[in-house]
Amino acid sequence: MASVAMVVNGKSITREVEGRTLLVDFLRDDLRLTGTHVGCDTSQCGACVVHVNGQSVKACAMFAIEADGAEVATIEGQANKDGSLNVIQQAFQDHHGLQCGFCTPGMVMTAAALLKENPKPTEAEVRSYLEGNICRCTGYHNIVKAIMAASGQDVTAIAAE
Amino acid sequence: MANIRKIARRTFLIGSAAIAGGVAFGVYQLRKDAPNPLVAGAGEAVLTPFILLNQDGVTVIAPRAEMGQGVQTTLAALVAEEMDVAWADITVLHGPPAQAYYNQALLGIALPFRHYADTDFRHSLRQGIGQIGKLLHLQVTGGSTSMKDGYERMRHAGASAREALKLAAAAQLGVAASDLRTADSHVIAPDGTRIAYTALAEAVRDIDLPDVELRPRSEWKYLGKSMPRVDMLAKATGTAQFAGDVQIEGMQFATVRINPKRAGMVSYDDTAARTMDGVTAVIDLGDGIAVVASNTWLAMQAAQAVDIVWQDAAYPAETAGMMAAIAAAFDLEPNSTVRDDGDVTAAIEGTEIVAEYTVPFLAHATMEPMNATALFTGDRLEIWTGNQAPVMTRDKCAAVAGIAPEAVTVHTTLMGGGFGRRAETDYSVQATRIAAALPGTPIRMTWTREEDMRHDFYRPAAMARFRGVVADGAAQLIDGQIAAPSVFQQSSFRQMGQVPPGPDRAHVEGAADQPYGVPNFRITGHLADLAVPVGFWRSVAASFNGFFLDTFIDEMAHAAGTDPLQFRLALAEREHAPSAGVIRAVGEMCGWTGRNTRQYRARCGVLSFLRDRHRTGGRGRGHRARHPH
Ligand code: FES
Ligand code: FES
Repeated sequence: MASVAMVVNGKSITREVEGRTLLVDFLRDDLRLTGTHVGCDTSQCGACVVHVNGQSVKACAMFAIEADGAEVATIEGQANKDGSLNVIQQAFQDHHGLQCGFCTPGMVMTAAALLKENPKPTEAEVRSYLEGNICRCTGYHNIVKAIMAASGQDVTAIAAE
Repeated sequence: MANIRKIARRTFLIGSAAIAGGVAFGVYQLRKDAPNPLVAGAGEAVLTPFILLNQDGVTVIAPRAEMGQGVQTTLAALVAEEMDVAWADITVLHGPPAQAYYNQALLGIALPFRHYADTDFRHSLRQGIGQIGKLLHLQVTGGSTSMKDGYERMRHAGASAREALKLAAAAQLGVAASDLRTADSHVIAPDGTRIAYTALAEAVRDIDLPDVELRPRSEWKYLGKSMPRVDMLAKATGTAQFAGDVQIEGMQFATVRINPKRAGMVSYDDTAARTMDGVTAVIDLGDGIAVVASNTWLAMQAAQAVDIVWQDAAYPAETAGMMAAIAAAFDLEPNSTVRDDGDVTAAIEGTEIVAEYTVPFLAHATMEPMNATALFTGDRLEIWTGNQAPVMTRDKCAAVAGIAPEAVTVHTTLMGGGFGRRAETDYSVQATRIAAALPGTPIRMTWTREEDMRHDFYRPAAMARFRGVVADGAAQLIDGQIAAPSVFQQSSFRQMGQVPPGPDRAHVEGAADQPYGVPNFRITGHLADLAVPVGFWRSVAASFNGFFLDTFIDEMAHAAGTDPLQFRLALAEREHAPSAGVIRAVGEMCGWTGRNTRQYRARCGVLSFLRDRHRTGGRGRGHRARHPH
C-alpha cells in the first residue's frame, strides 16, 4: 500500500492505495466519482478522460500513485459553482450531443482540453482532436456540433441531427 | 433527481402481495391478467402501473429501458401530455420485471411486411401472429416497438390519472369535477383556487380511475415537439447511474474469461492466479472461469493468468468455412417466400444482371462492456443490470441461483448502449452465478472489452444472390435469395428453448417489404445452419437486406441507363404513391440532378426516409433518419 495525496475537483484528498491501482479505479471505486467511465481499459476509447495538472489523460492508462501531488479534474467538477451546466455541458444538452451518455464524460473533458488549447477550432480540428474518443451511439455529428457551439461559433449551418 | 434505488426499493414489491395495496384502474382494468406491480406507500397513490404520485411529485414508471434512444423522455411526455404535469416536475424510473409491462407491439415485429399494403399479406399475417404469440409474455425493449406500444397506453394512463385527480379535488372543493381544469401539475377551480397534484396524493388513492377519451392532436403541448431529455443532466454531469457504478459496502470485483469458441473447457490450471495477492476466488463456470478480486483490474490480470484448454467450437474455425456454410443454405428449400409478385420463372426479354453480396458478422460493441452487480444472500438475489428484458433476466437468474423468481429483485439501470446486445441474459446470469458462489458478498462483474467483442451475439453474416432483368429503362424482374443464420430462431431457442414453426419474416426484412413495384419480384429467405451466436442488432436484417436490395437496384439502374432516383421513383409509383411522393420530395430537397458526391449522400437520405415510412405503416412524416436501437 502507498499513500497518495491529490486535489480532485478542488478538494484535497489522501488515501492508501495498492501500488497497481489505476487512476480510473481510484476515482471510481475509492473516491466514488463514477462519472469517469471505463469502456476499454486499454487506452483506446476515451471514456475515462480526466485532466491531470490541466492535461487531458486517459485515466485507465495511469496509476493513481503517478497522480500523487497532482490536481485532477473529473466530469463531476465541471459544472459551474452554482450547479448550472458549464458551457460545454450545456451545449451537449442543447445540441443533443449524447444518447446513452456513456462516452459523454470523456467527450466533455476532451472538449474542455481542446477549447483551452484552441478556443475557436474548425470542424476538422474538432474531429481530429476527438480521434481518441469513441462514441457508439451518435455518429459524432452532434458532438462536434456541440463543441463548435460551446466555442461560441454559429452552428446553424451544420446540418440538423 | 429522485433517488432511483430508494424509490424503487420502497415501491417495487413483486408478486401477488403487490396487488393488495395497489389502487388499480384505467388501463389496468382492461388487463386483468397483468396485476399492477406497484404498491402505494403512505401518502402515495399508484395511478396505473405507470404513475406514482407522492409529495415529491409525479414519477413515471417506464416500461421500457433507456439505452440512449430517449425512450424514457418520450414515454414520460406521453403521460405528461394528458395528465398536465409540468415537465420539470417529472421523474422517470424503470419499472420492475412485471407482466403489466409486456410489450404488446412486439406482435408487430412479425408483421412488418408491406405495411403500406398489408391486405395483400393476410395469409402471411395470420402465420406471423401465431408465431409471435409465443413471444407475447415479454417485457422487452427492442424491435423499435417502444413508441408503438406506449403511444396510447401511456396517454390513457395520464388521462385517467388526470380525471381521478379532478374527482379527488372536486370532493375537497365541493364542486363538480366537470367545472375543474388542470394545468402545470395543478387542479384549478373556477374561482382560481389551485390544488397541487402532490397535495391530492392521499385523496386520490381511493378514487376509481375513470376511462377517458384521449385529447385530439390539435391540443398537444408536448408531443410532436423536441422535449428536454430527462436523463441529460445526469449524463452531462457524471451522476447518471450505470450498472457498474453501483457501490455496496464489502463489494468484491469480478471478471470472466469464457471459451471464445463458445464450447466448454477441457481443463484449467488456476494455480498462478490464486497466488496473486488480492484474488479471492476462481470459479468454474463450465464454459470458462470467473475471478473475484479486490479490484477489477486485478481480476482481469488474474483471469489472464489462468491456463485454460478450451474445447473446440461447433462451427467452422475460420471465416471462409462460416461463409461456405451460409452459401450452402442457397441450395436448401426456402424458409420464406413472402414476396412473390408476377412470375420470376417466366422468360422476360431484356438485359440480365446478376450479383452476389456478402456482409460480415458485426458486434454491437456497446461503449459500456457487459457488466452487472449482484448480491445473493442465500434466499434472495438483488441484481443491478442494464438490460432490455427484465422478466427474462429475472427468471434466468432465479433459475441459476436456485430460488423463485419472486425472490429476485432486478434493478434495470441506464445502459451505456444496448442495441439488442442487452436483450440477452448471459452477463446477468454470470454475475448471479458468481454472487451465488459467494453468498453475502456483493459482486460487481465487469467484462474486458476483449471479452465483450468475443462474446457478442452478432448481427449475422449474410449473403445474397440477385438476378434482375431490365428493359426499356425499367426493372422487369428481380429474383433475390437471402442466406443467413436466423436471429429469430436462435434467440427463441435461447430464451424459450423452442423454435417457433413457420417462415422467419424478420430474416428478409428490408428486402421483401420494399415499396418497389417490380412486375416480377420474388425474395426468398434461406436459413443457414451455423452455430455462431447471432442476436438482435440495430435494425437487424434490414441492415444487410436494405444494402443488398438497394445496391442491386443501383446496378439495375446503371444497366438500364436510367438515373437511380428516377429508376426508383418509377418502381415506387407502381406500388405505393406516398412512397413515391417521398422520393420525389427528397429529390427536390437535395437538388438531385445526377451523380456526384453530394447527390450520393442525398440518395442515402432517400433510403432512410423510406425506411422510416415503412416502419410507421406509410404514415410517418419521415422527416428525420432515426437511430434504431
Ligand atoms: S477506458 Fe480508458 S481509454 Fe477506454
Ligand atoms: S452516447 Fe452512447 S457512446 Fe456516445
